[in-house]
Amino acid sequence: MAKHHIHAQINGDDVEYLCETEETLLDVLRDTLHLTGSKEGCASGDCGACSVMLDGRLVCSCLVLGCEMHGRTVETIEGMAQGETLHPLQQRFLEHAALQCGICTPGVLVASKALLERNNDPTETEVRYWLAGNLCRCTGYDKIVTAVMDTAAAMRKG
Amino acid sequence: MRYEAPDSVEGAVALLAGARGDARVLAGGTDLLVQMRADILDPELIVDIKKISETRTITEEKGGWRIGAAVTGAELKEHTKLKKAWPGVVEAANLIGSTQVQGRATLGGNLCNGSPAADSVPALIAAGAVATLAGPQGRRDLPVEDVMLGPRKLALQKGEIVVSFLLPPKPPRSSDAYLRFIPRTEMDIAVVGAGVSLTVDGGGVITAARVGLGAVAARVLLVTEAAQVIIGSRLDEAAQGRLEAAARAVCRPIDDKRGTVDFRVDVAAVLTRRAALIALDRARAN
Amino acid sequence: MADTATNGHAQSFVGTRTIRPDGVDKVTGRARFGADFNLPGQLIGRVLRSPHPHARIVSIDTSKAEALPGVKAVITRDDFADQPSEFIPAGEMMMNYKDVVRNVMAREKALYEGHAVAAVAATSAAIARRALKLIDVKYEVLPHVIDAVAAMQPGAPLLHDDLFTAGVEPKPDKPSNVAKRIEIKLGDLEAGFKAADLVIEREFKTAPVHQGYIEPHAALASVSEDGTTELWCTTQGHFIVRAHCARLLGLDMGKVRVTATEIGGGFGGKTVVYLEPLAIALSRKAKRPVKMVMSREEVFKASGPTSGATVRVKMGVKKDGKLVAAFAELKYQAGAFQGSPVQPGVFCAFAPYDIENVHVIGYDVVSNRPKVAAYRAPGAPISEYAVESVVDEIAKKLDIDPVDLRLQNAAHEGTKAAYGPKFGPIGLEETLNAIKKTEHWNAPLRKWQGRGVASGFWFNIGGETCASLTVNEDGTVSLVAGTPDIGGLRASLTAVAADELGVPYDKVRPIIGDTGSIGFNFLTGGSRSAFSGSMAIVEAAKQIKSELCARACKLWEAKPEQVEFSGGAVRPLGALAEKVKPMTIADFAKVAGKTGGPIGGVGRINAQGAGPSFGTHMVDLEVDPETGRATILRYTVAQDAGRALHPAYVEGQYQGGAVQGIGWALNEEYIYGEDGKLQNAGFLDYRMPVASDVPMIDTVLVEVANPKHPYGVRGVGETPIVPPLGAIANAMEQATGIRFTELPMSPPRVLKALKEKGLRKA
Repeated sequence: MAKHHIHAQINGDDVEYLCETEETLLDVLRDTLHLTGSKEGCASGDCGACSVMLDGRLVCSCLVLGCEMHGRTVETIEGMAQGETLHPLQQRFLEHAALQCGICTPGVLVASKALLERNNDPTETEVRYWLAGNLCRCTGYDKIVTAVMDTAAAMRKG
Repeated sequence: MRYEAPDSVEGAVALLAGARGDARVLAGGTDLLVQMRADILDPELIVDIKKISETRTITEEKGGWRIGAAVTGAELKEHTKLKKAWPGVVEAANLIGSTQVQGRATLGGNLCNGSPAADSVPALIAAGAVATLAGPQGRRDLPVEDVMLGPRKLALQKGEIVVSFLLPPKPPRSSDAYLRFIPRTEMDIAVVGAGVSLTVDGGGVITAARVGLGAVAARVLLVTEAAQVIIGSRLDEAAQGRLEAAARAVCRPIDDKRGTVDFRVDVAAVLTRRAALIALDRARAN
Repeated sequence: MADTATNGHAQSFVGTRTIRPDGVDKVTGRARFGADFNLPGQLIGRVLRSPHPHARIVSIDTSKAEALPGVKAVITRDDFADQPSEFIPAGEMMMNYKDVVRNVMAREKALYEGHAVAAVAATSAAIARRALKLIDVKYEVLPHVIDAVAAMQPGAPLLHDDLFTAGVEPKPDKPSNVAKRIEIKLGDLEAGFKAADLVIEREFKTAPVHQGYIEPHAALASVSEDGTTELWCTTQGHFIVRAHCARLLGLDMGKVRVTATEIGGGFGGKTVVYLEPLAIALSRKAKRPVKMVMSREEVFKASGPTSGATVRVKMGVKKDGKLVAAFAELKYQAGAFQGSPVQPGVFCAFAPYDIENVHVIGYDVVSNRPKVAAYRAPGAPISEYAVESVVDEIAKKLDIDPVDLRLQNAAHEGTKAAYGPKFGPIGLEETLNAIKKTEHWNAPLRKWQGRGVASGFWFNIGGETCASLTVNEDGTVSLVAGTPDIGGLRASLTAVAADELGVPYDKVRPIIGDTGSIGFNFLTGGSRSAFSGSMAIVEAAKQIKSELCARACKLWEAKPEQVEFSGGAVRPLGALAEKVKPMTIADFAKVAGKTGGPIGGVGRINAQGAGPSFGTHMVDLEVDPETGRATILRYTVAQDAGRALHPAYVEGQYQGGAVQGIGWALNEEYIYGEDGKLQNAGFLDYRMPVASDVPMIDTVLVEVANPKHPYGVRGVGETPIVPPLGAIANAMEQATGIRFTELPMSPPRVLKALKEKGLRKA
């Protein structure tokens, strides 16, 4: 059974890899490409810790096959900061202490970024429902929501 | 395990028809990959239909809407005209899972996964959606309520796939709504799902109705009795009572980790009434 | 800015909202958690688990698996020496190595669905999975029992034929599933009930729940030919892991070096070993590194969810509201081996109250479920749910405000708790009064809405702790702590070190050292890591300050009373100040070699004086009477932190614990079939709160300084999960008129109760 030979773009870089049919994009990111920022919490799409952007769409990478990626674009948490400059969301998460253990944080950040790119003035309810697919067990979500809304306000001010 | 991504319906059909072992269609993958990971499925062949443009488009057709089987919930939500025409169908598709899941999940996959709790199916049935299938014998149309026969049992022949859905033209003063009951606010599989589609006349009297109920029987039900008892009414309290009773009467649910029989029957009645009221409001506004 | 706060220390970073030092790595995905570690040449390990909840293991044939190409090692019970029975403290519970070795790898019996029976290491995950299917295990399936009360019945399936109930007289001659009976007594219970004007007795039931950490267990082991072992694992206590693994595998502790990776949640569930001894055993056999990660299903089936329990509470009160008698009987599931948290459940049950006559009995009961591990204030949420519900019912029956009733009976400084100690200064009354001062307290409620209040407590622990501070040649400071940082500890310790030494916050860099780099540290648990860690840092800083003063005396030819350390420097006093200038830490660092050598200090303590943290929660909720679904509308936590080293992370503990409690109260439960198998071993049907399920959690930081800590700190991590169950049940009662004595209060249960009371119409 030959492996699939995939060319994709990941965080702006052209990337080439081999994968078996049953390997998910998450498996490929973590085990083949050593991009371990995306996490496996459940492998069933219920926790969001593996969230990435696929062609500009927020998805769970555990629910995407690695062999589907030919010619596609993926953005992971590793691509969120620009050089030494953190994305405003990343900065505000630190300022608001919107993380405790940090395992859900990459997924939450990727998901939050996707929200703010579509809607730069979300209500608290919109933020909560958008992030409903990102489980956090430590924070109770309070400071996460505050950080996202605070970032939205700052980004609106420009 | 083989993976193929044909760019034509005929190509997909040929692959599936010719497969020796278990062959599965991959659209959004939000059910297939979970089942593979849980060792429930171990297909020999995966046929990815997303390269087939017919499965990925939303087009107006003869006053209705043709939706490709592999269009995602998120794409449906972003289609302003479709959302305006069929808010119930679109909101149902966007209740599946999470934002991430909606970025991949499709109407075709939601139906063909064969779960009576599928969120989009009651809404599609209420809308009167018809599935266009393609197989080795050619194409045929099947009302959505006739596609799912039971848990994981479909009316599809070997090699047949769902290519698209056709939502019929909407008369004026029509609309639809979908409600589901889950214990949390998101993420759960529907314990009950109710889709209602209505048309009212100039005086606000219901002239046509369709009701789809999910998760209360071995398949998603088209509840003709429920529709009949509200036609000719303005959905006053008495009509609501009849509607609830009709919903109750068709329920043949199970006790499981998501709900008891009693609970499902009670809530089916409540949601059918509530969904009908929302559809009514929307229909009047149209 | 120097602010002299409690206990007389000048402070500038402590108490402020600094950016945590490990934060940038966590928001960029750079931080390495357990499953993020890899070694060249590593094998993938997977575990074969019993499909039966109770079965004798007749035989295990691994020959076909061993013959599969790519399989490099297979282990079973034969690879672990049996262990004699010996109790040792682990977290806040006691463990027996005879049980530990059997939990890690089943021996005579499989005692729960998911119990490890064998493990393989192979060159890929796919081969490992195939290899498991080739292992032939012959089981003799036995009847099983899950519920604690059912397991206590005579004739119930017996898990261990050598388990005789401890704590009963005369000693039983027949084995049973009751591992022990404990009790605490104060005063004269019978007299108390006689004097009562009102007696209320209720029985409550809770289902087992899981800690729910998002990161599954993970371990990577590498054993050399001479037995030197390196282990990376996600754990709350790497020294405890070392101790367990050394014991189970017959290794010298000094030869085992354990690195605690960043940890994606624990809440007590990662204080014990599961994969670690297996990974080491496989690596030893295969002579290659072995990486093992649990799937989510394995986490639910084979780690340590907490007890389900049955609790009976009977309380007597005088009509003016004075509680005069309190009785409780607790029956807790321990899982497959003894050691439920029934003892802390017993201790905590009535602890928030000053009652003269108390009697609490507890039973530790084994049943065919995974062995319970600690879950945040283990045992207390269950017993305090029951007690807080009865207290609420008393308040309603006597028409006394529920907060006032608690104030009237609140434990305070000098109260003798029924479990032994006399409380020092504590903040329970302060939290109750703080609740009354909130805007939430007076907010109006509509029909089908209800407000509930409950208090709770955790005693907190100190324990063995080592931490070091080293001054680098450029004056920066390296801090090594030894308790894994689960939620922001490094920020707090850094602030303390910075303030103690008078150096800027970002000139102190902390790490969590591995077991080879720092002395023994008890695990992160018992809400002890900030409390004990900061004490050890203070001690380490003291050593540095005293050393630098001594060096200054040599340099300046001065006497000790002529110098003092303050504001980051050794300062000359009096007349000496005209002759010499102060020397900062950086100044000393430049001349360290010439003045005596490297500069550093190590705090090695057994931290004493942990102060309990009391909390009071208030919650508003609304019930949909047609579906039974409850929506949390508003939530306030008031809790005593003693002194918040980092206010944001203290608030975070309050909020996170409250939301875990919301899940426990409303939707979380282990659902077993008649066959004893878990039906909801995933995040889909094990329903933890998602972001849209909860509102903002408002917090009130109460600070009643703990006089036994240099900064007044009290541990805060566990108390927040104790009040929510009672508070939410009390709110449900006000919203529906129904007292729910069974958790979770899931919609089917609520709707059924509403129907039975004829309350269903909106």
